[in-house]
Amino acid sequence: MNFPQELKYTKTHEWVRFEDDTTACVGITDYAQDQLGDLVFANLPEEGDDVVAGDTFADVESVKAVSDVISPVTGVVEEVNEELADNPALMNEAPYEAWFVRVKEITDTDELMTADEYASYVETL
Amino acid sequence: MEASVEGRKTPLYEEHLRCAGKMVEFGGYILPVQYPTGVIKEHMAVRTACGLFDVSHMGEVLVQGPDALRNLNHLLTNEYGGMKDGKARYSPMCMENGGTVDDLIVYKVHDDDYFVVVNAANKDKDFAWMSEHCFGDCTMTDVSASYGQIALQGPAAEKILLKLAKEEDIPKGYYSALFDRMVGGIKCMVSRTGYTGEDGFEFYMAAEEAPALWRMLLEAGEPEGLIPCGLGARDTLRLEASMPLYGHELSEEISPIAAGLGNFVKTAKEEFIGKEALARELSNEGGRKRVGLKVTGKGIIREHQEVMVGEKLVGMTTSGTHCPYLGYPIAMAMLDQEFTPIGTQVEAVVRGRRVAAEVVKLPFYHR
Repeated sequence: MNFPQELKYTKTHEWVRFEDDTTACVGITDYAQDQLGDLVFANLPEEGDDVVAGDTFADVESVKAVSDVISPVTGVVEEVNEELADNPALMNEAPYEAWFVRVKEITDTDELMTADEYASYVETL
Repeated sequence: MEASVEGRKTPLYEEHLRCAGKMVEFGGYILPVQYPTGVIKEHMAVRTACGLFDVSHMGEVLVQGPDALRNLNHLLTNEYGGMKDGKARYSPMCMENGGTVDDLIVYKVHDDDYFVVVNAANKDKDFAWMSEHCFGDCTMTDVSASYGQIALQGPAAEKILLKLAKEEDIPKGYYSALFDRMVGGIKCMVSRTGYTGEDGFEFYMAAEEAPALWRMLLEAGEPEGLIPCGLGARDTLRLEASMPLYGHELSEEISPIAAGLGNFVKTAKEEFIGKEALARELSNEGGRKRVGLKVTGKGIIREHQEVMVGEKLVGMTTSGTHCPYLGYPIAMAMLDQEFTPIGTQVEAVVRGRRVAAEVVKLPFYHR
């Protein structure tokens, strides 16, 4: 399983790619997509929505079930990845390209792990 | 991970582990929800090539004796007179109030000898119900534990089966079966039936022979694109083909009339359990009816979601998913009759959000 070094991770299986101190893209990890199976829909927030670290900000639907996606950061949605609406399979095929939202004005984060920490965490599951 | 899944193993349990199936509990059994290929590829394999399913969890009951036919006609809403040997016939089994105990398939082996296949989750309840109502010179025997069952489904099914069986051992007509035939050297009942909306076969064999037949079918089918398929694809396939699933479209609260299965309720029969209630329901225009919904908005509608027209609650969904072959999400729902015409625009409440849908003709998919 692939966990890129430059990303940060949460226990709820989201990844965060910081672009600067207060801006980051968020998605779900390779482990998450593997557990969820074929993904067919992402219900995303809208530009300008507030997101709060530790709270649900999106959900993803696999063929079988719906799962919440938890925001790793507190901030404001600057951009939504519309490509996921047309091509939800991208979340399975390339989970680290399939960003959900870009969040700006980040003021807080959930507990974040490095790639190595996350890899060891996943081992225990 | 497997250790945490509780339930009975089917005779093919070890085969699923060999194929890296993701095991879950279903109807008291441990079965694969999918293999590493995933639900979408498994679904598409059945629509375009072939898929192999373990359906050993299904229950089998023998109904035998000079009064076997009279018992079936008393227990079941469909008519079992006039059946030829080797034919299969679907029926709901109802209570006096018209609610559904289960839905099942009866095979006529020959006069006085019938083979009944029931849903896994209901089999103890069904067997108790059938035994309780048994009369005259008739025996009912639960033989579920001694049978394995494998389904081979898809347009390539017959071509694959021809590699392992003689042409005369393959039933020609849909809903017909041949008994005590050899498939790959294993004695089977071969039935041309399924739960996917495709052509295909179901094999019943002694439980201990199931793994060998499973492996032979996988090998014979591989060049034709056959892959093993799990419960996930079984559910999306049956839903796309608009087949009812007990516990969803049928239940002790949902009669076969409400579920749109009136064709299988023969009120012309002299008597059967539930006849009065079902006949009354047929002549009465009220109540909810099963419809198909095509999602026109954004999102996926699942089971047990409220269906609204404006601010009026008009029904509930019974099943729903994204359909891999059709390429859009669909659902089945029970709606108040005035909202059942094709083209009616409705909304389902999905986690507090409204998702638009339209009433469409069933089945969603027809081969």
